[in-house]
Amino acid sequence: MRYVDEFRDSKLIKKALTQIKNIAPSADTKIMEVCGTHTHSFFRFGLSSLLPSNLRLVAGPGCPVCVSSQEYIDNSIDLAKDQNNVVLTFGDMLRVPGNLGSTLEKQRAIHGNVKVVYSVQDALLFALKNPDKRMIFLAVGFETTAPSIALGIAAAKKQKIKNLFFYSSLKLIPPAMEYLAKDRRLELSGFLCPGHVSCIIGSGAYEFMPKKFKIGCCVAGFEPLDILEGLYMLLRQIAEKRPRVQNQYRRAVTKNGNVKAKRALSEVFNVRDASWRGLGVIPASGLKIKERFSRFDAEKNFSFNLGLPAPDLKLKKCRCGDILKGLISPGGCPLFSKACTPEHPIGPCMVSSEGACSAHYKYEK
Amino acid sequence: MCLAIPMKIKRINGGFAQAEAAGLCRTVNIQMLSRVRKGDYVIVHAGFAIEKVHPEKAKETLKFINEIR
Repeated sequence: MRYVDEFRDSKLIKKALTQIKNIAPSADTKIMEVCGTHTHSFFRFGLSSLLPSNLRLVAGPGCPVCVSSQEYIDNSIDLAKDQNNVVLTFGDMLRVPGNLGSTLEKQRAIHGNVKVVYSVQDALLFALKNPDKRMIFLAVGFETTAPSIALGIAAAKKQKIKNLFFYSSLKLIPPAMEYLAKDRRLELSGFLCPGHVSCIIGSGAYEFMPKKFKIGCCVAGFEPLDILEGLYMLLRQIAEKRPRVQNQYRRAVTKNGNVKAKRALSEVFNVRDASWRGLGVIPASGLKIKERFSRFDAEKNFSFNLGLPAPDLKLKKCRCGDILKGLISPGGCPLFSKACTPEHPIGPCMVSSEGACSAHYKYEK
Repeated sequence: MCLAIPMKIKRINGGFAQAEAAGLCRTVNIQMLSRVRKGDYVIVHAGFAIEKVHPEKAKETLKFINEIR
C-alpha cells in the first residue's frame, strides 16, 4: 500500500534505531504518546523491545473509549434498555462494562436494538431508512472524529431528519496534555503528538507546551518509521536542551490544520468542561452541541439517571485511571491478565483494541 | 479510534468520492477538503477524508533519516 509500505522499510528502520541509540540520553527518559493508534502500532511492530532500555514511551489518555466517563457508559447502556430506542455506536464501545455489569453488547442480545456503525454517514442513512425508529448515535472521539460528527449533525438538520440524536462524549487532546504536563510525578521529557488529531488542529496547537512547560512535542505518523523518526526528533530536542514543536508527519499535517474541519467544529459545538476517566474534570476539554442544533442533542431530549449505583467491586480495583495517566504500566494493575483479559475485560483499557492493557496483553505478554 | 488510512481517489461525485486502498473500494465524504482531484491520496478516517497526502513531504520524511550525520 502506498504511503504505508515505504514507512515499514526494514533498512530505514534499522538506521533510525542506530540514530536513536547514538543520541539517547544516559538518564531515564520518559516520552508520552496520547493516541491509541500510537499505542497499538508501538506494540504491534515490536518497537518497545528495540529501543534503549532507559527510553520509555508511555501511553497516555489517547483512547477515546477508555477515557469516556463511567457516567457516559452507564447512560448509553440505559438508552439501550429502552426498547423504543436504537443505539448506534462505533464497535469499540460494545463491551465496555457499565456499573452493574451490563454492556451494550448484552443489551443487544436482549433487545437487538444496538447497531454498530463505521461512520456517522451510516447513522444518517440508517435513520432515513427507518423513520419510525428513534436512534441515538454515541458520539465518542477526539478532534479526528469530531468534524465528521459536526458535518453529520449539520446534514441531519439540512435533511430534516427527526429521528436521530447525538450523545456527545467528544473530547479535546491539548487540554488533557496540559493537565498531564502539570503533574510533576510523571516527569515527562516530551510528547509524541497524535498524527490524525493534528491533521485537524495542526501542529501549531501544541505551541503552549514548550512555552509554558518547557516540554518538547513532535507530531508523528503511525508506521514504525514515523514513530522512530518522531522519537529521534524529540531526543535531539532533549540533547540540545531546546524544547519546541516539530512535525514528523508532514505528508498529512500542516501548522494550521484543516481549516474547513475546524470551521465545522465551531459551527456545531461549544467547548465545555469534560469528565475523563482517571483524570477527572478537565476545563474546556469537551464538545457540547450548540443550542441551535439542540433538536439533535440527546442530552436535551432524553432524561438520564443521575443517581449512580455503587460501583462494582471489580471495577473499583481496576487501575485504568492510573494507566491512562501513565503512572503505572498495565502489569501494575492487580486485575491485568488475571481477572481482566480481552475475553473478559473489566476496564475499558482492556476492551478497546487501542487501550494500553489490550495492546500489552496481545503483544507483550 | 483515530485510525485512518491513505486511500487513492478514483471518482468524484459532488461531496463524495470513490476511494481505493489495498483493493478495497468505498465511498468517502470529501467535504472537509478543498480541490481534491482524481489520483490524489487522502487520509480516510471513519468514512471522511480528513487531509490530503502531500507526496513531496512524504519523500522528504523518508530521506530525513538517511541524511542524518
